Amino acid sequence: MASLSARIVIRATNRELEIPTGLFIDNQFVPSVDSASEPIQAVNPSTEEPICSVVAGSAKDIDIAVAAARKAFNTTWGKNVTGFERSKLLNKLADLMERDQDILAEVESLNNGKPVKIARDFDIGDSIQCLRYYAGWADKITGQTIEVDNKTKLAFTKHDPIGVCGQIIPWNYPINMWAWKVGPALACGCTIVMKPSELTPLTALMLSKLIAEAGFPPGVVNTIPSLGSVGGAALSAHMGVDKVAFTGSTVTGRKIMEAAAKSNLKKVSLELGGKSPQIVFESADLDQAANWACLGILYNTGQDCTAGSRLYVQDTVYDKFISLLVPKAKELVIGDGFDEKSGGGPVVSKTQFDKVWRYIESGSAQGAKLALGGQKRPGKGFFVDPTIFTDINANMDIVRDEIFGPVLSVGRFKTEEEAISLANDTSYGLGAGLHSNDANQCMRVSSALEAGTVWVNQYNLLNNNVPFGGKKQSGIGRELGSYALEEYTSVKAVHWNFGEKLDWPL
Amino acid sequence: MPSTFTHEFNTPAFKGKVSFSTGLFINGQFVDGSDNTTIDVINPTNGKVITTVSEATPKDVDIAVEAAQKAFDTVWGLNAPGATRSTLMGKLAILMQENADELAALEASDNGKTFNFARNVDVAGSIDCIRYYAGWADKVTGQVLETTEAKLTYTRHEPIGVVGQIIPWNFPLLMMAWKLGPALACGNTIVLKPSEFTPLTAIKMCHLMNEAGFPPGVINVLTGYGGTTGHAISSHMKIEKVAFTGSTLVGRKIMESAAKSNLKNVTLELGGKSPNIIFDDADLEQAVNWAAFGIFFNHGQTCCAGSRIFVQEGIYDEFLKRFTEKTRSIKVGDPFAPDTFQGPQVSEVQFNRIMSYIESGKQAGAKVVVGGERQGTEGYFIQPTVFTNVNPSMKIVQEEIFGPVGVVIKFKDEDDVIKQANDTVYGLASAVFTQNLNRAINTAHRLKAGTAWINCVNSLNANVPFGGFKQSGIGRELGEYALHNYTSVKAVHVNLGHKM
Repeated sequence: MASLSARIVIRATNRELEIPTGLFIDNQFVPSVDSASEPIQAVNPSTEEPICSVVAGSAKDIDIAVAAARKAFNTTWGKNVTGFERSKLLNKLADLMERDQDILAEVESLNNGKPVKIARDFDIGDSIQCLRYYAGWADKITGQTIEVDNKTKLAFTKHDPIGVCGQIIPWNYPINMWAWKVGPALACGCTIVMKPSELTPLTALMLSKLIAEAGFPPGVVNTIPSLGSVGGAALSAHMGVDKVAFTGSTVTGRKIMEAAAKSNLKKVSLELGGKSPQIVFESADLDQAANWACLGILYNTGQDCTAGSRLYVQDTVYDKFISLLVPKAKELVIGDGFDEKSGGGPVVSKTQFDKVWRYIESGSAQGAKLALGGQKRPGKGFFVDPTIFTDINANMDIVRDEIFGPVLSVGRFKTEEEAISLANDTSYGLGAGLHSNDANQCMRVSSALEAGTVWVNQYNLLNNNVPFGGKKQSGIGRELGSYALEEYTSVKAVHWNFGEKLDWPL
Repeated sequence: MPSTFTHEFNTPAFKGKVSFSTGLFINGQFVDGSDNTTIDVINPTNGKVITTVSEATPKDVDIAVEAAQKAFDTVWGLNAPGATRSTLMGKLAILMQENADELAALEASDNGKTFNFARNVDVAGSIDCIRYYAGWADKVTGQVLETTEAKLTYTRHEPIGVVGQIIPWNFPLLMMAWKLGPALACGNTIVLKPSEFTPLTAIKMCHLMNEAGFPPGVINVLTGYGGTTGHAISSHMKIEKVAFTGSTLVGRKIMESAAKSNLKNVTLELGGKSPNIIFDDADLEQAVNWAAFGIFFNHGQTCCAGSRIFVQEGIYDEFLKRFTEKTRSIKVGDPFAPDTFQGPQVSEVQFNRIMSYIESGKQAGAKVVVGGERQGTEGYFIQPTVFTNVNPSMKIVQEEIFGPVGVVIKFKDEDDVIKQANDTVYGLASAVFTQNLNRAINTAHRLKAGTAWINCVNSLNANVPFGGFKQSGIGRELGEYALHNYTSVKAVHVNLGHKM
């Protein structure tokens, strides 16, 4: 039997470590029950070299994990554990993540490509706070008592945990997306079968080890790296899973919702794609707006569901703004995540690299002008440099489709109405940003933009206690804040008769 | 220089050395009182002095308020995001856990409660409370309200500012946690006066708060007398809110001072004469055990003590027999001995007060079925005492005794007992024992009290609100409800286009 761990050497930091590579079920790392299951290889996108292989779960492994989660829900978790206990364990998990933040950051960078410092200070820093935030909610899940008839009835609601939750997370923020899912689900008393992305399974497995160390009972959290079409499909169609939460592409989101509908009508929450607009009005602080615009499209190398990938600038300040924007974007150094100089890393895989380049080529082919970028880098690594297109129109693929790379499309507008119309002309509705020093305009426009998150004079910055999610085809449901708790609770209304006698026949 | 309390504990329950400064805690420092006077801390098992602590004067209150205001304006209040407050409170909880035994030993020697209760109820409960409110700190939300499209209307739940908190001697550390938790979570700064009888755990907490990293001035603790320090706090023109737990008598004075000074916000947790109602069909064994716990826990020094025990006539004799036996079995003695249930009353003043109530009961013709005398000859120990044959006009039936003295009253039916139970100016808690859940709910709903216990007594949780109806108090502590006491709501109306 193959060993269920791998020795990894990180040359840049001289670190040697053992990573668990088995499936995590009932607090143990185990092989697949399916001997035909091909392992998944994790790749370093900066060097294109393999890192190690992990066991890939099959549909049968999903069955076993779901059974373990169900057993835990019925015996040691769910209604068998108090909010206070759940709170303590979540806080312990946060402490352990903090203890291991340097190692986790290095592996996150190795597998995903993002700079190590950003992984540690932002991805992991935010994840620790997220877990602590939800630890604080665990003992505050309240129902209501409701006045009906004081002489005869006591009516109240209980906010029960939904049950066994399938959670499918993406590769762009592996650790952060893990925390966003695990936090509220555990706080509410649900058990989890987590399928991390097949591109970035390593940190999810390391975090699973921390779950066991923190003291969560076996079966509460189970981790099955797997191909989406195998493990993800199995979870969304599973008759024993009460709820599926998915973050990823809109295309896959549809499949998940279909599978849920066809199987047991499990509850579904989806965090999908976006083609989020930023609007720069003439009264804006242009220098600041240019900074936020850069952050919006270049952070995480554009691999962000809320990436501000469309930018609309008011006529009167267009030229000035572009002259500020282009040099700023150029300043970003895309490179190996372990290089101190890198402000951004490669895109995560060959598939993504090819996809982004197809869009860059289509932009030029469909008549947009390149203000920055357009030169493919030779050599190893899936590096894509900041790219800016101008002179766009609404029919271009680069304007309609989510590219998920550092590629910005810039347009212009005359009036506020036109800006709003351009911004809302999309089937997506995840994020939007506007830059203006006219307070009334800020209020009007933020009200009119059809997006789940609207940033005013800012972009991209989220907080664990403020909800996040999509309108239109960007998603269903909300993560973060108290709102995430609703996704993991099931409301039961209790009508307790203590004084009414029924006559029969009526 | 303020004194340092140094002591070597060598008891069956706890062995260890303690050493810490006992000055006033202002702006992160331990200082002498303005008049350089001190207060003796007395050991209630023998009346001897344990140590001295600095005494605060009204001038020290001014200094503390200034420090608290400065902290509020610069490093706390809206300058410290909820997540920051949450982290600091989380650290404090961890430090309390690490120092749990020492805190319990200090509490037991200062207050007289047993080390076991101090450790497993007071200290454990205090840690849970601080942890619970640490979790609220980044979850204090306002609302966005729908009015018209021409307007954005929302509320902000802002911290009040400098709040005054005055706490009692019966659960010194726990009452401090109940006050600090919500106040800090909401972003207020604090001037807190512990009871002059039991200041030690409050002072130790100040040392822990420094260690946790709270900025200076966020919490200030002034040991002093009610008449001087307490009065200065409740009448201070720059304190916007005062929270008090203690007797109804003093509660009135606090509310008066607030009214006469700057109309500061007031919340009060006062006394009680809580009824414990036991129906014929109750699980008798359980009812007896809970009833004993209800009146004798913490030596009867509990605001929600089930001090009037109503027993339905069908089971009265059997109940009384078993209850008397149970009461007789209570072990009174050294708080540090492992099998002690009840230590001494907290002070000579309290001892005398309780003994005079017992005397008044005897004089009025009530029958002492067990106890009724002092226990031993040293310290403030009183025998657990039960009276029967009482009538509603007796002082022992109407007034809060705050000692191990219960009265047992026979009743006929539901309507009769609810009338008797509600016949009091108090309304803090109540308890009902019955196997008939419909009757339990119905009774619980008809009792005029802030807490109704069904088939239990004295059972609290950090996330469930607690407070009084009628003259037992104003406002609620614990749970989310406590946050309302420490926030000030501002409504913001943003006009988006309505031209005048």
